[in-house]
Formats: sequence, structure tokens, C-alpha cells
Amino acid sequence: MSNLIKDNAIVADEWVRVIPPALGEETVRKQAGKVVLFKLTGEATYTPEQVAATKIPSTGKVLLPLDVWLANKDQLASRVNQGEVGLLIATHEPVENLLKAVTDINSFPLVAVFVERFPDGRIFSIGNLLRTRYGYKNELRAVGDVLRDQLFFLKRSGFNSYLIRADRSAEDALKSLQDFSQPYQGAVDMAQPVWRRVQRQGA
Amino acid sequence: MYKYDAIDQQIVNERVAQYRDQTSRYLTGQLSDDEFRPLRLQNGLYIQRHAPMLRIAVPYGMLSSKQLRKLGDIAKRFDKGYGHFSTRQNLQLNWPKLEDTPDILAELATVEMHAIQTSGNCIRNITTDQFAGIAPDEVIDPRAMAEVMRQWSTFHPEFALLPRKFKIAVSGTKQDRAIVQAHDIGMEFYLDSNNKVAIKVWGGGGLGRTPILGTVIREHIEWQHALTYCEAIIRVYNLHGRRDNAYKARIKILVKALGIDEFRRQVEEEWQHLKDGPNTITEAELQRVAQHFEPMPYENLPAHDAGFDTAIASNPAFAAWAKRCVHPHKQAGYRAVTLSLKPHGKAPGDATSEQMWAVADLSDEFSFGELRVSHEQNLILSDVKLSDLFALWEKARAHGLATPNIGLLTDIICCPGGDFCSLANAKSIPIAEAIQMQFDNLDYLHDIGDLELNISGCMNACGHHHVGHIGILGVDKDGSEWYQVTIGGKQGNDASIGSVIGPSFSAEEMPGVVQRLVEVYLNERTPEERFIDTVRRLGIAPFKAHVYQAKEAA
Repeated sequence: MSNLIKDNAIVADEWVRVIPPALGEETVRKQAGKVVLFKLTGEATYTPEQVAATKIPSTGKVLLPLDVWLANKDQLASRVNQGEVGLLIATHEPVENLLKAVTDINSFPLVAVFVERFPDGRIFSIGNLLRTRYGYKNELRAVGDVLRDQLFFLKRSGFNSYLIRADRSAEDALKSLQDFSQPYQGAVDMAQPVWRRVQRQGA
Repeated sequence: MYKYDAIDQQIVNERVAQYRDQTSRYLTGQLSDDEFRPLRLQNGLYIQRHAPMLRIAVPYGMLSSKQLRKLGDIAKRFDKGYGHFSTRQNLQLNWPKLEDTPDILAELATVEMHAIQTSGNCIRNITTDQFAGIAPDEVIDPRAMAEVMRQWSTFHPEFALLPRKFKIAVSGTKQDRAIVQAHDIGMEFYLDSNNKVAIKVWGGGGLGRTPILGTVIREHIEWQHALTYCEAIIRVYNLHGRRDNAYKARIKILVKALGIDEFRRQVEEEWQHLKDGPNTITEAELQRVAQHFEPMPYENLPAHDAGFDTAIASNPAFAAWAKRCVHPHKQAGYRAVTLSLKPHGKAPGDATSEQMWAVADLSDEFSFGELRVSHEQNLILSDVKLSDLFALWEKARAHGLATPNIGLLTDIICCPGGDFCSLANAKSIPIAEAIQMQFDNLDYLHDIGDLELNISGCMNACGHHHVGHIGILGVDKDGSEWYQVTIGGKQGNDASIGSVIGPSFSAEEMPGVVQRLVEVYLNERTPEERFIDTVRRLGIAPFKAHVYQAKEAA
């Protein structure tokens, strides 16, 4: 059973997410004796060696980290034209990097944002910017630590697909997309705040 | 005050259902501790030392008698018959059962209340002046805007998981009583040169581990832009604030790191995209909300009342109370009254169910059925007739709510501390009680005059110790509880952060330390000086000398 929700339904995932190999031991960063859980905005995700060692499947739809695509841009040009390339950034990568790297973001049928830990709310601002500022219209997917209780916020921030963490049920998660019927503020999915959408009592 | 319409009611009802489901998934093992934590926190539920603690939102400190009665009922049914009013104008229950919390929320929803975003890394309850709408020095009543902002911030999808908590205060008076400078965003409303309502926006303030007073981010912005401008600030913070270290995650650290000019530049750049967008407030929406905050149906009364004057002249106890607990009012013949939740020897800010019911009755009888919670942790009846004050005082006194100590040393602002809170390094309530007993002589207390004493049980500074004239901070030294003392902190337009006087003290030493600080003041003061003025004039040296001289002699 697929764990992908797209536009309010569970669907099969046609995309293969390409993950650069871990080369050697990853160093655990600590601060004040505590493990650092979140990367700083702007921190690099992969080393050039990792990017170079990444193997891209030669056929089918591939979801590539931005760095991997940049390193293989020329070879992948025809596959981009065929709609076989999706791009992925992590929440600590500035979304501007993605926009600078492409001439037309809408030539990619899929953009995904990877959230390593669900409390990382940068994903919401990134979704919002992609939709409202950079005019991205195609599938916007949340991947990583994607859990049911954040779906409503993700939806309102412009995401329309969600790859639910493997150990959780996508079916259960679907319910949360309907948590609130009339949210107060304008956001991506409903741009108008409630007082512009409906006649409120006393208005 | 604001009354819910069908939309508001539906949101709190849907929230109850959502939270009930989350809690049941947690209790059946479908959600891990780590996954449930942010969910319960965004609903004000902490897992504490003895039991969970539930923080109930009192938006900008306003309550109806019906709501307070319900809070009294909830405290009786689900807790040990009392609640604690906090420095963010909220109510905390110290002993609810986790499995009862969905039912508590359902009860709250019946009186248009909730616990949404009273904790967690999101936009918290918006606070303001407890005298909003009635203060003689008020320029703009900030409550309608506070309500518009409450609705906008409720489940704001983009800002649901910020790097750290985010506190907003609004104020519309010449004399700031909302400590706007100690907030992540402080909005000071004023009339601009065109006589239009405008906002001076402060940012990057906050107490906690690294106390910093805010800086003005923008001197002038029209009220319509309040939400989009906040969105610009919070978006910059959400994307760039540090998440790698919880102690460096508040917006104040980002503002310091970038420098105010660069921070301001980024906010302005972001705002250019958001300005005039859909969240721009319309005149119609502000009016819809503002009609709930129209002045009360006051009677036309003379400025003086003979009965009141006679009672003041003939009853010294009433006169002492009126001096400390009765405050001026915009409307002739009316006063605001603070009911002290600081009786000597009791936990500051605590109220029993019986007291809540009594205050609800008093507000029905004397103050149009509404009341306020102050960030100094007292309750306020905002619209009392001068001619009713004596009757009110007698009834309040019978319920232990008329200690004449507002603004005095024993009106201590205090967090729950190590008796309840799992974050605390040290107990705070027993320190407050011991100090109150040390200064139990009312004549002496009144002679000392205005003095704000704040106690926090840890660095998180819920007791706002940094801005207390005397601030006491619980610290942990090798597993035992010690107290660090600061003096010279102050809230208001000329806010300041207090200075540490020296090495910390044991709990038993604390009443004596406060005593010695007061002695220096009483010896050195000029006739017009308050404690804080003397500290500002002399600096901390003479206070330090007197306190530690005693310590060495001991």
C-alpha cells in the first residue's frame, strides 16, 4: 500500500527518490552537551564527494536533491523535457537557491521539500514562498518526517502531496486534512481571511 | 467584550475534537512522547512534577463572569479547587489528569474559551494593559486589534512550528503597562500627525535566559497593515531563527546576530511582497470586532460621591485599600478596582474556586459582569461606581480579596516555581510567602511605598524578575536551591533590566536580604523617591555593601 497522499487521496508513488550515499561516519554535532537536531538555514546538505558518488536510475521518474541535479544538469536536460525529473530541497536550504538554479520552476512536475524532523516549521514558509512568490503550480510534496498532525498546516501552506512516514498510516492521516472547516487567516490554499470569505455575524 | 459568532465557535469545537483524538492516540501508544509533545504544548498542556499542568487562554486578560464561574467549576471538578493566574494573564491548573484534559476543553468551549497556543513554539496569547478601554491616559483602545490578531494567529499555518515561543503585546496608552519592550513583537498604538491610528512596532525583546529590551523596527505603520507586517517579521524569523540550540532560538538572538539594520532590511523586503495582500485588515472587519468593545452603558454621575468621601475619612482600613487598589477611570464617577490575589503568606496569583465564584458575583453586581486578569496576577473589576466602592470592599474583604497591597512590596509577581514546574531550578512560592510575612506590617509596607518584587524559579523568567525593582531568580548550585538578586529592573516606557548585586543566597536568607535592601532605601531616599528612583540615583553599590556586610557579620 502506498503511503502517498495526493490531492486528498492515497495514490501510487511514481517517483523514485534518489538519496546520495553516506560516505564514512557522520559526525554527531553537539552543543551544550545536547545533540544538535536541526541544521542551520544555509548549511550544506551533501559534500561534493557524496554528490559525485550518487547514482541516478537511467529510466523512470526521479526525484533528485537540488545539488545532484545541478551536478548532472546537462545530461538530464532531455529527461527534464520528458517530465521525468523532480527536485528536492531540505528545509535548511534557502528556497532561493532552487529558483536561481532553474529557468522555469514549472518545467518540473514535482518539487519536494524534505523535513528531517516534523517540528521544523521552515517547511511551511518554503511552501508558501514557492506558491505565492515564485508561482510554482505543479505538485508540491512534503517528504521525510511527515505526520498526520502537521498535514492541515502543510495543506494551508501550499502543499498538495504528502509522503507519510513509512511506519504510519496514510489512511489515518487523510482525516486530518479536514481538521478545520473555516480557518481564520488567509494562507495559500484559501488566500482570503475568513472575514473576506464569508459574511460574519455582526458584520 | 468579544462574543463568538458561529465561526469562532466552530473553530474551538473542531479543536476539542482534534485534541481529543490526539490525546487518545497518545494514550493508546499511536503517538510517541516526542510526537505528542508539540501537540499538547500547543494546547497548553505541560507534563509537570506531580501532574500535568494545563494553561487556559484568557485572551488579552478579559473574562466574563460566566467564564470565571466556569473556571471555578472546572478547578473544582477536575483539579484541587484552585487555579493560578499567570504573568501572561492566563489561568493554570496544576493538577488535572491528562485523560481529563479533552473534557476540560469541551467545558471551556461552552463558554467561548480554549487553551490554544498557550504554550509551544508558536504565537502565544496576545497580552495588553489590564486597564484597556478605561484608562484615562489611553489614546487607542487596543482590544479590538488584539482580538483581530488573536484570530489571525490562531492556527496560523505558516507559523505553527516556529524556532521558539513567540509573544506579542499590544498597548494604546502613553504610559506603557503591557511591557511591549519585553516582547518578541510589541505594538504601540498611537495617533499620527494626520490623526490616523498608527503603530510603532518594537521587536526582538524578551526576558528568559538572555534578557533584552526590544528595538523599534518601524516607527510608523498604519493599523491596516498590522497582520501583514507581523507576517513579514515572523517569516524572516521562521526561516532564519536558530533551531540548533533552544537557548539561542528566540527572535532576539536573530536580531542581535543580524544587527537591527539588516534585520529591518529583511523585514521590509519581505513586507513589500505581503503589503496590501488579503490579510490587510479592512475597516469593516475592525468595526465588526470593535463593536464588542464599546464603552459600557455608564450612568451620568458626578465626579465626587459624598458617601465615598465620608467612608475614606472615617475608615482608615478602607482608605488604605482605596489608596492602593482603586484606580482612575475615563468615566466620571467610576473607578477600576484591583482585587488582590496576593494575601500575605499565600501563593501569589492563586484563587480558589470559591473566590472565582465570588469574584464572578461581584463583577455581576458591581461591574457589568466583566473583569480582567493583570500580568501582575491580580483580578480587576474595571467599571465600578464610586458610590459602590465601600460595599464592594466589604464583600471582597470577606473573601480575602482586599489586601491593600497593590503596587507594594508584597504584591509579588511569582511563577509557580519548583513546587510545581518541572523546568524550575528552585522553589519560588515559599520565598514569596516568607517575604510577605516579613513585611506583614501594613503601616510599614505603605511607608515603603511603590516597590515591584518579581520572583522566577528559573532562567525562563516567567516571574519577569529582570524587570522587577527587586528581582529574585532561583538557581541551582550543585543540586541545592539558591537565589540570585537583581535590583534596578523596571517595566514601562523607561524599562530597564536589573543588575545582579552579587553572589546568591539561601532560601532562609531571602527575607533578610530584601529587608536590608529596603533599609538602604529608607535611609537614603529623598521625600519624593520611590525605591527604583533611589536605586537609579545611587547605583547598586550601597545596597550591595549593606546586604553583604550583614552576611559577613552573620
